[in-house]
Amino acid sequence: MKFSIERGALLKAVAQAQSVVERRNTIPILANVLIEAEGDSVQFRATDLDIEVVDRAPAMVEKAGATTVSAMTLNEIVRKLPDGALVTLSDNAQVGRLSIEAGRSNFELATLPREDFPVMASSEYATNFSAPAAVLRRLFDKAKFAISTEETRYYLNGVYLHVADGESGKVLRCVATDGHRLARIDALLPEGAEGMAGVIVPRKTVGEMRKLLEDDEMQIAVSVSETKVRFATPDITMTSKVIDGTFPDYTRVIPQGNTRRLEVDASEFARAVDRVATVSSERSRAVKLSLDEDRLILSVNAPDSGAAEEELAVAYADEKLEIGFNAKYLLEIASQVDRENAVFLFNSSGDPTLMREGDDMSAVYVVMPMRV
Amino acid sequence: MDCDAFFASVEKRDNPELADKPVIVGGGKRGVVSTCCYLARIKGVRSAMPMFQALKLCPDAVVVKPRFEAYVAASKAIRAMMDELTPVVEPLSLDEAFMDLTGTQRLHGAPPAVMLARLTRRMKDELGLTGSIGLSHNKFLAKVASDLDKPRGFSVIGKAETQDFLRPRSVRMIWGIGPAAQESLDRVGIRTFEDLLRWDQADLVARFGGMGDRLWHLARGQDARRVSNRTPVKGLSNETTFGEDTSDPDILDGHIWRMAEKVSGRAKAKDLAGRVVTLKLKRSNHTLVSKRHSLRHPTQVADTIYRVARGMFDTVAGQAPFRLVGVGISDLTGADIADLEGDLLDPDAGKRAKAEKATDAIRARFGADAIIKGRALR
Repeated sequence: MKFSIERGALLKAVAQAQSVVERRNTIPILANVLIEAEGDSVQFRATDLDIEVVDRAPAMVEKAGATTVSAMTLNEIVRKLPDGALVTLSDNAQVGRLSIEAGRSNFELATLPREDFPVMASSEYATNFSAPAAVLRRLFDKAKFAISTEETRYYLNGVYLHVADGESGKVLRCVATDGHRLARIDALLPEGAEGMAGVIVPRKTVGEMRKLLEDDEMQIAVSVSETKVRFATPDITMTSKVIDGTFPDYTRVIPQGNTRRLEVDASEFARAVDRVATVSSERSRAVKLSLDEDRLILSVNAPDSGAAEEELAVAYADEKLEIGFNAKYLLEIASQVDRENAVFLFNSSGDPTLMREGDDMSAVYVVMPMRV
Repeated sequence: MDCDAFFASVEKRDNPELADKPVIVGGGKRGVVSTCCYLARIKGVRSAMPMFQALKLCPDAVVVKPRFEAYVAASKAIRAMMDELTPVVEPLSLDEAFMDLTGTQRLHGAPPAVMLARLTRRMKDELGLTGSIGLSHNKFLAKVASDLDKPRGFSVIGKAETQDFLRPRSVRMIWGIGPAAQESLDRVGIRTFEDLLRWDQADLVARFGGMGDRLWHLARGQDARRVSNRTPVKGLSNETTFGEDTSDPDILDGHIWRMAEKVSGRAKAKDLAGRVVTLKLKRSNHTLVSKRHSLRHPTQVADTIYRVARGMFDTVAGQAPFRLVGVGISDLTGADIADLEGDLLDPDAGKRAKAEKATDAIRARFGADAIIKGRALR
């Protein structure tokens, strides 16, 4: 194998592939990236056995072939090469070395045979559709904070991507929850997504896939089967196993009859929560909301560390209410609001509370109160 | 104060027919000896001995299943008597406690020795239980003294005679010196306190680390540990060994529930809650399987402890059969910050917690067996 490639294109491809590689590996080949040169392009493939990334870049291929080298070392080398350099990679299978030449720099990396590299079995995708990067980005970004890290409820360790009945017809929906808070985000159903089986996209995949979604205008091809999900741009294909489990019926979690309505400027609210939470004891982090006619008092009373109180002018016209929340959860959901006021809908101090942005039903959050 | 053959004594007290028979308290044919009475000890039976071995040594022994509620009740009654002597009582277990009697002479109008003699007499008269007393000027020596002439012993080690008392004795009697530590001491020729006295403090520390420093002080009869009724508890756990190994998920589930309930009961009694739930299982070949799970919020609710333990069990159930199951909580906090938050996905959790509270109230009034869960019956 021998090919030459521009340093920038090489860096982009290698960096993307390298990021799925686990730092600590017990299987040496999994630390490597598989490089395949053919025609006028090169493919870089990396995997952690759950996610596989294939990144393609144009190159001048002198001799087709393939080999594997340490993804991290290759990434480091390319990163340190001068911008605009032309890099030539050629492998010598006999001695098991890959040589990398750029200007006067020369590197030799140990290789492992390509045959040992585990290529993810391809599968039949029942559903294929495409959606703008911006749409997918919003779906996953707004939901991911609620993903659970609890191992015993492994089926919550991801975002549930599925088709659901929204306010006005079918929607593409992402739901994540850890049992304390829940995020339900909707987008217009892309053409071709109708019959999609619901899948739980693992936390790591959500993080890695995010890197494909930077360019707003880019159309992302999404393919879904019962066991795998694939996101692809013309250059990058990311395939991931989905979590083998049943996502709980979240619909009964979303309160329907909450009538007490609080409307507040989200960022002002978040800053106030953050301030009063400073004194709350590390272990419970409870903030009390006391609501009474257009007035919200946020307070923390931590017997061993101190107390804090702050008053906010808000829109609230219902009965008096006192309710407690974990400060971190309030901050996280308040930070999801970026355009309009945050609207909270309460029932009683023991019932789940609903939060949304204005009257936009396409992003709904539920948070469980805390006894205070 | 160290009760004599406590569990067995309670059994003999409650069942006079056992009075002149060797009694072994322990569970089932697979279990081990919890305690045995002195008649059984004469035959060589010891605590923690496998039951079959104990029965070989003492075939006419009566084996009684432990009745922990009875022991806890007796222990509480003794504790109440000790509390009358001093506010500083540090229980080591159900049947053993340190008391700091410093300065109590003026209060009671009698020296500690007299008060302790009265304590054991009261225990005998009112509870029908006997104990051995060790009276000395620190914890180490008091513990040693209490073991000197069991049962119904009363030993005093005074300050003046401490050194002479210790010198010829084996270091093996130091609490916490097990076979392994004994072996490493043996290797450098330390068998008695006399041997220990020949070592410099620095040399002992260099050789044995923190334990070396402690040994140097103990050799001189010094022990600065205070008697404290506020010893921080690190964790609470309960375990049970089955009559025979089992793979039956219903039976195991029942045991997990019972252990969770016991742990929860103790946590509630102490106003504690745990952030970590642990599950311990012993397989037929005695290998241990342990699992731990950190909760986002501490709990003392039996239902929550059970559900988490059960969830962990499901991941290792394939390794059955098991001979032992244990459930515990650790990373303890006060109950005031426990169970503050419900679970969105489990809206019934609140109801179950309320039911548990009601159950607790009923039990407090009518006894532990007044109301039990169906799954505890398996």
